[in-house]
Amino acid sequence: MLKILKYSFYDLMRSRWSYIYFLFYLSLGFILLFLNNDVSKAVITLMNIIIVLVPLIGTIFGVMYYYNSKEFTELLLAQPIKRSSIFLGQYLGVAGSLSLSLVVGLGIPFILYGLFRSDAIFDFTLLLITGAFLTLIFTALSFNIALSNENKIKGFGYAVLLWLFLAVIYDGLFLMSLILFEEYPLDTFSLGATLLNPIDLSRTLILLKLDISALLGYTGAIFRRFFGTDQGLIVSLSMLLLWTVLPVWRLLYKSKKKDF
Amino acid sequence: MIQIENLHKRFGKNEVLTGVDLSIDEGGIFAILGPNGSGKTTLIKSILGMVIPNKGTIAIDGVSIKNQWKYRREIEYLPQIANFPNNLKVKELVRMIKDLRQRPSEEKKLIDLFELEPFLDKKLATLSGGTKQKVNLLLTLMFDNTLIILDEPTTGLDPVALIRLKKLLQDEKKQGKTILVSSHIMQFVEEVADEIVYLLEGRIYFKGSIEALKTKTNQTNVEHAIAAITNLQN
Repeated sequence: MLKILKYSFYDLMRSRWSYIYFLFYLSLGFILLFLNNDVSKAVITLMNIIIVLVPLIGTIFGVMYYYNSKEFTELLLAQPIKRSSIFLGQYLGVAGSLSLSLVVGLGIPFILYGLFRSDAIFDFTLLLITGAFLTLIFTALSFNIALSNENKIKGFGYAVLLWLFLAVIYDGLFLMSLILFEEYPLDTFSLGATLLNPIDLSRTLILLKLDISALLGYTGAIFRRFFGTDQGLIVSLSMLLLWTVLPVWRLLYKSKKKDF
Repeated sequence: MIQIENLHKRFGKNEVLTGVDLSIDEGGIFAILGPNGSGKTTLIKSILGMVIPNKGTIAIDGVSIKNQWKYRREIEYLPQIANFPNNLKVKELVRMIKDLRQRPSEEKKLIDLFELEPFLDKKLATLSGGTKQKVNLLLTLMFDNTLIILDEPTTGLDPVALIRLKKLLQDEKKQGKTILVSSHIMQFVEEVADEIVYLLEGRIYFKGSIEALKTKTNQTNVEHAIAAITNLQN
């Protein structure tokens, strides 16, 4: 598996897109710090961008890489390599290089600006961890979609729809249900609904670590009571982990049964 | 060497293999023939584990290949369509396959044989179809394994390369290797094959020597004998 990982990783590192992605985060980091002049504020702005952009890039990149490396995959399948190693290696290659672009691209400007002397270091680290998780999750989901759809256009369509659903539509449905059932106690429901969507979960996790959760009112207080504790953090991170492990497991399961 | 029993494979509603029983002994060149869509490639890919059969068993040297992958170490496979990662150079691809296989290889000899030296530093996307096929052959035959499976090896080859390929196959056979070849070029089959396996509508319709095929169909020419076999069925 490590060999496949190595080749996929090299392949991506040589492609232009990894650099563009890396340079984008690099310049984003510098610009935000330059404009805000404050690490904590930069972290908030960054969060809003990361929460939406990282899943989108992970989805698109994952689908694109899967379809583009079809020949490579077929070549590997005839070699004495376990199927699960091929797919896991490719997946980790894509997700790894994307996460690396994100972490290094944002890390450099923040470190240069003096992150280690700032007390925002924990928030920033959490931001990078959730960013990396979102990359892992959405790349895994997109690999699943690509594996189940021979038709590229369909695969692309489903992948973008999935992103749209989790990033936008889910929130809309969530809000609508809150308004619809406002007569009822909704604390547990909203907590559960937040936990079930990795994007919402990441957003809440970071927001509550920042000191602006007072703006969230009563629900914010409940959320704070849950997410603000160590236990809440552990539950949230395990949920993100679960969101990563389940699609990867399905990917390996499905790939075993597929004909090439 | 290879034992296949009651192999079934369906793609959606399309039944490709409907009960293939085939046993291939060690040593010699076996040609897998059949009209388009008769299941030649599916059969070959089943042996390699790329296609998962719906029913039936495949065993190599007495061991079932189901959910196995290590047995592929002993197989050299030439895919029908030479699809390679396009952004790699020929040299890099050769190095990569060697790295993945971890076996001694003699690529130098084959590079000279197929005159691939000037293309080593070129990217695969820029190669012509015939040159790609030569690279394909190089990647397949550079290792020293006992079982060689070639799916349409003649596609796109020029006459010089074709003559060299035939000689190469004869040399490999002399070393006691088992070679499975699928092809539509009857002249090629007649020159190299010891035995013919004829697939029709997902079953083995005929298995035997070329002479036996000619006698069975009362033909003197292999091409006509094959055509006659197909007509007999209809």
